[in-house]
Amino acid sequence: MSQATENHASSGLERRNFIRAMIYTLTSLIGGTLAASVGTYLFGTPQVETDSWADAGDVSELQPGSPQLITFQRSREDSWKIHNEKASAWVILNNDRKLTAFSPLCTHLGCAYNWQSDKHQFSCPCHGSIFSATGQVVSGPAGRPLDRYEVKLEGSRLWLGPIKNSQSA
Amino acid sequence: MQRLFAQASDWIEHRTGLPSAVRHFLFEDIPASSGWPQVFGSVALFLFLVQALTGILLSFDYAPTPGDAYSSVSYILRKVAGGRMIHGLHHWGASFIVVVVFLHMAQVFIYGAYKKPRETTWIAGAALLLITLAFGLTGYLLPWDNRAYWGTMVTTQIIATAPVLGPYLTTLIGATNGIGVLTFSRFYALHTLLLPASTALLITIHVYLVRRHGITPRPDDIAEKQKFYPRQAFRDVLAVFIAFVMLFAAAALIDVPLERLADPTDTSYIPRPEWYFLFLFQLLKLFQGSLEPIGTVVLPGIAVAALFVLPFVHGRHLKFLDRRLASAGVVLLVFAFWGALTATAITTSPRQNRPTLVPPEAVEWAQISPEQIAGVGYFRSSHCDSCHNLLTGNPKPGPNLASSDVHHSKEWLIQHFRNPEKMKTRDAAPDNHLSIPQLNALSLFISGLKPDSASLMQTISPDYIAAAQTYVVGACASCHKVNGIGGGVGPSLNGLSGRRSKEWIKAHFAAPQQLSPGSIMPPYHFSPPEENRLIAYLLSLPD
Repeated sequence: MSQATENHASSGLERRNFIRAMIYTLTSLIGGTLAASVGTYLFGTPQVETDSWADAGDVSELQPGSPQLITFQRSREDSWKIHNEKASAWVILNNDRKLTAFSPLCTHLGCAYNWQSDKHQFSCPCHGSIFSATGQVVSGPAGRPLDRYEVKLEGSRLWLGPIKNSQSA
Repeated sequence: MQRLFAQASDWIEHRTGLPSAVRHFLFEDIPASSGWPQVFGSVALFLFLVQALTGILLSFDYAPTPGDAYSSVSYILRKVAGGRMIHGLHHWGASFIVVVVFLHMAQVFIYGAYKKPRETTWIAGAALLLITLAFGLTGYLLPWDNRAYWGTMVTTQIIATAPVLGPYLTTLIGATNGIGVLTFSRFYALHTLLLPASTALLITIHVYLVRRHGITPRPDDIAEKQKFYPRQAFRDVLAVFIAFVMLFAAAALIDVPLERLADPTDTSYIPRPEWYFLFLFQLLKLFQGSLEPIGTVVLPGIAVAALFVLPFVHGRHLKFLDRRLASAGVVLLVFAFWGALTATAITTSPRQNRPTLVPPEAVEWAQISPEQIAGVGYFRSSHCDSCHNLLTGNPKPGPNLASSDVHHSKEWLIQHFRNPEKMKTRDAAPDNHLSIPQLNALSLFISGLKPDSASLMQTISPDYIAAAQTYVVGACASCHKVNGIGGGVGPSLNGLSGRRSKEWIKAHFAAPQQLSPGSIMPPYHFSPPEENRLIAYLLSLPD
């Protein structure tokens, strides 16, 4: 093989390699940009207001130590809709006059639980989780204490904010 | 590592034959004369795939009913992370496809690539062109804004003028009684089910036929054939990349138009189709009266028929198309005709006589009382719309509230909400959990409904409705007037923006007496979003 043919062949090979590299680069750029756009769309957090507060009523009659299920009206932004709906909370006044409002759903699988006044505990009918009056897990499959609403008091009126998830035990 | 890769490749090859299929595809023999003109097919295919991907993503957040479509599109554009980009890629992608498909067809035409034995490849391609246009037509309605509604109104009327087939087509697209929920559902089904499935099938057939017959060589091409990969593959990929960069830039930089919610009573709206249908829009102006079907059906029909029969008549009757220059001349003539019609349509159409994009604070809403605005929200949240239409829609058990002849008093309405059994209604309103002020607002909204206000009510943004509901629940109207309604203890809230700043109002909510000594207003503690919405609403009130 002559020198000229060899040079020609090697420059042809270089060109071929360059073209291949370009194909991979451009395809990766397109794929990467599309993947980033899709990822943002699917896993990004929509700008939906979740911290709305609702007037949950007068709590001046509440007795310390005994939780009470209260219902109230709240507006909730749900993607492109705003629901005006009934919601409920278990409200308990501690002996030191501190108010706590629990989300009415069990932290195990989201069933509604009840208060057993004779045993002074919350009990979930679905899988038998038991919570104390302070919301701590006593027994059963629930992995964390009851979730709580953010609360604030305006005189004797209770305002309930967003529900904050409790930490795992 | 390399050994592992080879082993994996062998494993897949043995079970699926996929690697050899890909190799077979990439190392196809193509004429040496192939080059840049042949890239458009790949670009069109890529754009179809982008449309499929973005379409699927949009359907994740889109509510396909006229009641919710507009709000969900607005939600995608304004609240979903990256929603504007995905929507933009889909919207502008549609235009890009039309351009690229036409370029692809022009190239095939000029190169005579539709001739024997490639007639069926051309026909599959022509069918794909029609499907592309049908995608544009059906997708146009889905945002359910004024542009969508009125544009589709014109389209359905055009379809109705088709001789013989008109009434059948109108029934088929669910537009017998004008545009309604049925039209919407049918367009949605066509756009997301029938057309994509047909596209997938036709693309498969088209690509199979291209592979079967190979790329058309130049007549003087006697050189040895070359492989598709890597040289032609590189040209295709680079063309796809350029198209993608342009599409991405369009999606990022140009806002997708979303106008006011579809308003069937808006007589001032000037409908306009998508740009690639403008030529048809203009063509119709040339044929008036009894000649109209010539523009609406006959000429477009002839054009479509010509497209399909072209490969069959060419041999005997259109010999001159054997010369590439002559073919290019025909293409130029078609584009010039199309361009002239489109340009005339753009320059001669009257401009919209008012801004059509939704302003941040729509002043028309501000004329309505806050109770009525809040009533819209209670109407929806209490599911009144399960039994009642406001103005238009499919028949429902309860009366149509805006156009009903029977008008009940507010008191009657409140009784109807609270204790329906006692009222003389055939079907009872279900129990609801609204408080007295909320019921009042709902009854005010319903008793004040008129055909022209009903459609305006539907355009009010969720933020305004929520703000008005806060106003109602906070019993602000006990002391303040808005638009002449409310108590006289406090100052009227109209024209508040001229008197107070946002910060002042905020501070005033927290401690009224500090800023207005002697005021009997109690302090209000709203959540930040609630407060922001309420203040934005109050500041938008007219003088």
